[in-house]
Amino acid sequence: MASAHPVLLVATRKGAWLLHGDTDRQHWRLDGPHFLGQIINHLVLDPRNGRTLLAAVSTGHLGPTLFRSADLGANWQEAAQPPAFATTADGNGRSVKHTFWLEPGPASEPEVWYAGTSPQGLFRSTDGGDTWAPFSCLNDDPTFREWMGTEQDGTPDGPKLHSIQIDPRDPTHLYIAMSGGGVHESTDGGRSFTPLLDGLAVVEGFDRDTPTFHDPHCVRLCPTLPDRLYQQNHCGIYRLDRPATTWQRIGDNMPAEVGDIGFPLVLHPHDPDTLWVFPMNGDTVWPRTSPDGKPAAYRSRDGGASWQRQDHGLPAEQAWWTVKRQAMCADTEATLGLYVGTTSGELWASRDEGDNWQCLARHLPEIYALSIGYPQA
Amino acid sequence: MRVLIPSPLHDYTHAPRVEANGGTLGALLDDLDRQFPGIRFRMVDEQGQIRRHMRCFIDGVQIFSLAHALDGTDEVLFVQALSGG
Repeated sequence: MASAHPVLLVATRKGAWLLHGDTDRQHWRLDGPHFLGQIINHLVLDPRNGRTLLAAVSTGHLGPTLFRSADLGANWQEAAQPPAFATTADGNGRSVKHTFWLEPGPASEPEVWYAGTSPQGLFRSTDGGDTWAPFSCLNDDPTFREWMGTEQDGTPDGPKLHSIQIDPRDPTHLYIAMSGGGVHESTDGGRSFTPLLDGLAVVEGFDRDTPTFHDPHCVRLCPTLPDRLYQQNHCGIYRLDRPATTWQRIGDNMPAEVGDIGFPLVLHPHDPDTLWVFPMNGDTVWPRTSPDGKPAAYRSRDGGASWQRQDHGLPAEQAWWTVKRQAMCADTEATLGLYVGTTSGELWASRDEGDNWQCLARHLPEIYALSIGYPQA
Repeated sequence: MRVLIPSPLHDYTHAPRVEANGGTLGALLDDLDRQFPGIRFRMVDEQGQIRRHMRCFIDGVQIFSLAHALDGTDEVLFVQALSGG
């Protein structure tokens, strides 16, 4: 039986922390560091069993790996076979720099996990994350390899595959996103993928029909309306209602002075019309700070037709941090809790769907990812 | 053969020097991985390349190829260049 006590999983540039909450989310106990000094790109508790914790671990100087824990981090076991590309005869194949994204499979496949890596690769485990194999055509298909571009085309810490989204009605229906490389859909269990790019803007001067030039920052599928996708990308915020294939720019409805550039995008687990973004300054040289040094979440209750600023409790000025694409999440309580981890190592939480914010922790390393879990009692 | 292990990998070996065997550097790494599961992939990537910040010296000479032959009397030193902040 799932616990009423949430655990907030904090992945940072220099280790991992677990925050154990009480039932009303008022008090949190900080547990850590785990893996001090190692880069943790993602830390996820398996929602299907409430027990298995997976951590994507790397350093600046060792090969990447994964660790698993069955006791909330009291003990960690290294994966027997972490994600690795196929070995090529000439030795010139790619090598995984780090695992960036961990995605549990559907409830009907309780031992399945997916992983997205840097450089762009898609991997799958069928044994709870102990051994991993390349998955689908993506990693080695010449067309996809061309669309992935080079290291120069990727994000500053490496091009990456992320936002692995699985249709809860059909485990063979998948979406993935690549930075760079665009958003792609598979309807055959990953055997093939098709670009899903219509309607999306690219940086002026680039060809929008070339997937390489598309940089999706975060793509989310609505759990209660799986035909609906939202996307925060390099150029704006979009919504797509299948079977349509053309994205609609809902970021145009954001205040002009804030714009619709950012990284994270969080969906309400029960209401497909409610979502949050956390805008970032994407002007000129891309400062990647809160706009004007005034951080705020923006919430839409109507699928992106309108947005409301939510900054009560957040610093009113001179706060020059921002939020990475995996560093904002929601819990599943009746009155939804939201959580934000900042590039300056602060943890902020709201127990009322973003209306009021309080700081849970300061002085952590740069926060790369947050996720919420409910450990099995 | 005596093998020097750099400190970032001591979580695997729990010692700075260990014993391992093999007719080539690659075989020695395989033996290390048998003794200390997982250590090889942190030192060598899936294309058989020694990782960027890992250096291997055998009898004082830097070696880049896993096919390098070992005669059983070599001392193998792995050292780690640290990077990042």
